Amino acid sequence: MTGNDTKHLPLEEIHVAAGARFGAFAGWSMPLTYPAGVMKEHLHTREQAGLFDISHMKLFEVSGPEAVALLNRACPLDAGALEISQSKLSFFLNDAGGILDDLIITRLGDITFMVVANAGNAVADEKHLRALAADFDVRVEPLDRVFLAIQGPEAWAALSRVGIETGSLLFMHGVEPRKNWFMSRSGYTGEDGFEIGLPEADARDLVAKLLGDERVLWIGLAARDSLRLEAGLCLHGQDITPETDPASAALMWAIPKDIRASGTFIGADALRAAVERGPAQKRVGLRPEGRQPVRGGAALFDADGKPAGHVTSGGFGPSAGHPVAMGYVAAPLAKPGTRVFADVRGTKIPVDISSLPFTPHRYRKG
Amino acid sequence: MATTYFTSDHEWLRVEGGIATVGITDYAQEQLGDLVFVELPEIGKKLTKGDTAVVVESVKAASDVYAPVDGEITEANGTLSSDPSLVNSAATGAGWLWKMKLADESQLAGLMDEAAYNAHIG
Repeated sequence: MTGNDTKHLPLEEIHVAAGARFGAFAGWSMPLTYPAGVMKEHLHTREQAGLFDISHMKLFEVSGPEAVALLNRACPLDAGALEISQSKLSFFLNDAGGILDDLIITRLGDITFMVVANAGNAVADEKHLRALAADFDVRVEPLDRVFLAIQGPEAWAALSRVGIETGSLLFMHGVEPRKNWFMSRSGYTGEDGFEIGLPEADARDLVAKLLGDERVLWIGLAARDSLRLEAGLCLHGQDITPETDPASAALMWAIPKDIRASGTFIGADALRAAVERGPAQKRVGLRPEGRQPVRGGAALFDADGKPAGHVTSGGFGPSAGHPVAMGYVAAPLAKPGTRVFADVRGTKIPVDISSLPFTPHRYRKG
Repeated sequence: MATTYFTSDHEWLRVEGGIATVGITDYAQEQLGDLVFVELPEIGKKLTKGDTAVVVESVKAASDVYAPVDGEITEANGTLSSDPSLVNSAATGAGWLWKMKLADESQLAGLMDEAAYNAHIG
């Protein structure tokens, strides 16, 4: 992306006024940190409530008599089995079973669904979905919304204080609480929290009210990344890509059993074959020994010095208090406790395969 | 009497008796954000201007700190192994990175003084 193509958040001037430092991400100029800094922002989110502007992500409404059929074709999903207000993680796959994007799909009504897509894939996702939709009686509508996330143990209370009651909404459920609003109890931090898509004018009002609560702080993309990494959540483009399938990515839990067996989604045959063969490599958590972070791209070796895989995301976990990473290792090594070695600038750093997440999820499931 | 110099790569050098103490500027530590690890150099290592002397790691990224002049490492700030955040809280003091014996003091003439550096970062 050249500078001229960079997209700007609708609320950019609010972030400027809050002292944000900006950086490029997925074609957008995004707040990376605020004056508190990544460490404090991260810890604040785990302890109180962090407010994130995630308007770079895209909301699509999919509606019509054949909405279920379209989604069942586009995703390894049983869209018709979703209860109204239920959300599910799913994927667009290519013919080889590779992950084009990961999505959260929420059933809003009998024939209405909300699809939340990643920023970097939003244009390709829309094209993909529209091309498929041509064969179905369905409408695909990209929504013009500001998208906010509020995450952390005090998130529900901060929303309640400004008149948004969330009591009956459980983790991985979403509703339309007001006209042109979409609110789900979900997120990308491992904490209880909410994502809210809403018109810009409403968003300005909501942000002003939320920031009037001392428990609520703006959190930048840097802490969003360290929070999701500690929570063991994948970043598309790094931890999952069109070259990785859900089996190697250890994401088969997102695909219902009967859909694995008999679904007619794009990539079904390839995914079945991959499951049958067993993945050559698997995604795992990685816990580097000592204090030195191991970053995405670092090569991994086994105890005999033979190539064992690679790191896809890595950094320091402020809540974990040590470096955290994830990556892919040869399937026989993919057991917690197995030791491998990461090459960091010529030095071999011992790294233990670790179960994910690094910090326990604190979702409100019931 | 020590003299302090600055580089366009946002390093400072305090030179006294042919030894330079080197660190990064307050501006640099602000840009990097919270540091979580500093990879220190070996004592006795000979560096040429522009070589990577130290790697500082923030939560998100690793950044090289270059030797601002030619010389030999005489000391590394071991305190940073247990407390890398000193670079954030005291960049120009207790957060120094290494000391080096200058190979060619004439190289100092190419560096900036504080006023020139402040103008450089605007």
